[in-house]
Amino acid sequence: MRLAALTGVELRKLALRPRTWVSVGLLCALPVVVAAFLGTSELAPRPGQGPAFLSAVLGNGQLYPAAALGIVVPIFLPVAVCVVAGDAIAGEAQAGTLRYLLVRPVGRTRLLVAKLFAVLAFTLGAVVAVALVSFVAGTQLLGTRPDALGTTTASLSGTSLSPQELLVRTLLVMAYVSVSMLGVAALALLLSTLVDSPLVAALGGLALLVASTVLVGLDAASAIHDLLPTRYWLAWVDLFRDPILWTDVRRGVLMQLGWAGVLLAAAWASFTTRDITS
Amino acid sequence: MSDLAVQTQGLTKRFGRVQAVTDVDLRVTEGDRYGFLGPNGSGKTATVRMLLGLVLPTAGRVRVLGGRVPQDAARVLPQVGAMVEGPAAIGHLSGRANLRLLDAAVPTPGGRRTRRRRVEDALEALGLAQVGRRPVRAYSLGMRQRLGIASALVRRPRLLVLDEPTNGLDPQGIALVTDLLLQLSAQGTTLLVSSHLLSEVEHLCTRVGVMDRGHLVVQDDVDALRAPTGRLLVTLAVRDQDDDDGARAAALAGQLLGSRLLESPVPAPDPGAAGVRLVVADAGDVVGDLVRGGLAVREAVVERRTLTDVVLSRTTAVGEGMGA
Repeated sequence: MRLAALTGVELRKLALRPRTWVSVGLLCALPVVVAAFLGTSELAPRPGQGPAFLSAVLGNGQLYPAAALGIVVPIFLPVAVCVVAGDAIAGEAQAGTLRYLLVRPVGRTRLLVAKLFAVLAFTLGAVVAVALVSFVAGTQLLGTRPDALGTTTASLSGTSLSPQELLVRTLLVMAYVSVSMLGVAALALLLSTLVDSPLVAALGGLALLVASTVLVGLDAASAIHDLLPTRYWLAWVDLFRDPILWTDVRRGVLMQLGWAGVLLAAAWASFTTRDITS
Repeated sequence: MSDLAVQTQGLTKRFGRVQAVTDVDLRVTEGDRYGFLGPNGSGKTATVRMLLGLVLPTAGRVRVLGGRVPQDAARVLPQVGAMVEGPAAIGHLSGRANLRLLDAAVPTPGGRRTRRRRVEDALEALGLAQVGRRPVRAYSLGMRQRLGIASALVRRPRLLVLDEPTNGLDPQGIALVTDLLLQLSAQGTTLLVSSHLLSEVEHLCTRVGVMDRGHLVVQDDVDALRAPTGRLLVTLAVRDQDDDDGARAAALAGQLLGSRLLESPVPAPDPGAAGVRLVVADAGDVVGDLVRGGLAVREAVVERRTLTDVVLSRTTAVGEGMGA
């Protein structure tokens, strides 16, 4: 009950903040721009050469929400999530409002959990917004194949998917992409409890992202690939195979939960025992 | 159960290698208007933060309104209103929106309407009810300060902890806040006010504690601290102090008072009337002796210590703004 009230307050703060909407707007804008170029030029990567998914999209705009999430996953979405998560506690500390929340008193654990919920809500909201906007952009700018509308769509494995299956798989991609953000979000949140600068906390989350991306691309570091948070970020593509290839998706989810569990426990331990001098 | 609103025992705080607060035994009785004084860096703020559970003590105990802090903070702090180290609010929201959000963060008894009413009352009390939808970012320093106090008042606390409450206020604002604090005190609210403005504390407070280098060096009632110094300031009326008359009066006073005269008589500083100023030990019938000796006493005042004297004599650090 008390947690629900506080979470409500945190969500209202997020919603009342212009920056939230600007970042969601920018996230949605990128896939629209890509769709506009694809739709006007019809120059998709040729099948078998470019990213597998974008070539399929050109023929069917209904696939575009998943493709759009694929576009924002590597950089845009984690940047936005890190900014929000890094701001969670450090932003309040920098503005001086943290001490007033805590003397209300909002319990420290409760505040941290409410902030986590707000970060998750932002991530989910951003993913849903990108999916909805890109569905509209996809169907309007890319069009649907005359024969495909309301009938079937080809999966990556060549079999056909009914519109219901397509919807379910798009929802699965949305869920998977959201979960993929847990690791960097949890690190930004942990740093947010340690420093009084939201910028430093957000950059810390992004540093993990960059480091992980570099190491994933480095064969010499293959020993630790399975521990890197970005290792399975692109496994969402497997959700469009037929049957769905769950192996990497499952590993990806477990890895994100592992990172989030460790980092959030550290965040809790640091925040509940720390002197608030901001 | 004690009737102490705030009690600390051996309160000590180290930040790394810096000893911020050492063995402080603070005692604030319910109903007190307690002035918490001390130079910058004397440990006042760290102490206040420990009272509110923001900073965790290295050693010692804190009791606020009968509960332990930080253990019982969830029960105790709802009855405490606080402003620590200046007001803070979300800049792009209005003052009203800020207070509502903060009030909603911890649900209190009473429905939404009761809560809104209390927010309006607090804004009203600080003269902010008419500010409307203006974002806090566009507030003046004084308005932000008043919003900070309003925020502390929303839940009608039993104990009000205010750090520099009149900082940045114009004279009208200072009068408004001082009157409000006296009014709240009359209604039974305990006040713990830290300030650099000693004259303000002298007028507002019934009790003071003075911090110096992490130690509580003075803790007493204002009346007791402002005890007579044992000196009497006497002014004699003379016809013309530049004339021999003034010198004769001074010489006669010296004979009459003997060793009770502490300093050589000087012309009185009062520009309106001629006079001689005497500093006399307050012993025996000084005025009677002077009058019987044929001198005209215009004024005799018992000298009292000022709070400034007390604080300056007991603190070692040179603090910015102290005694100003």
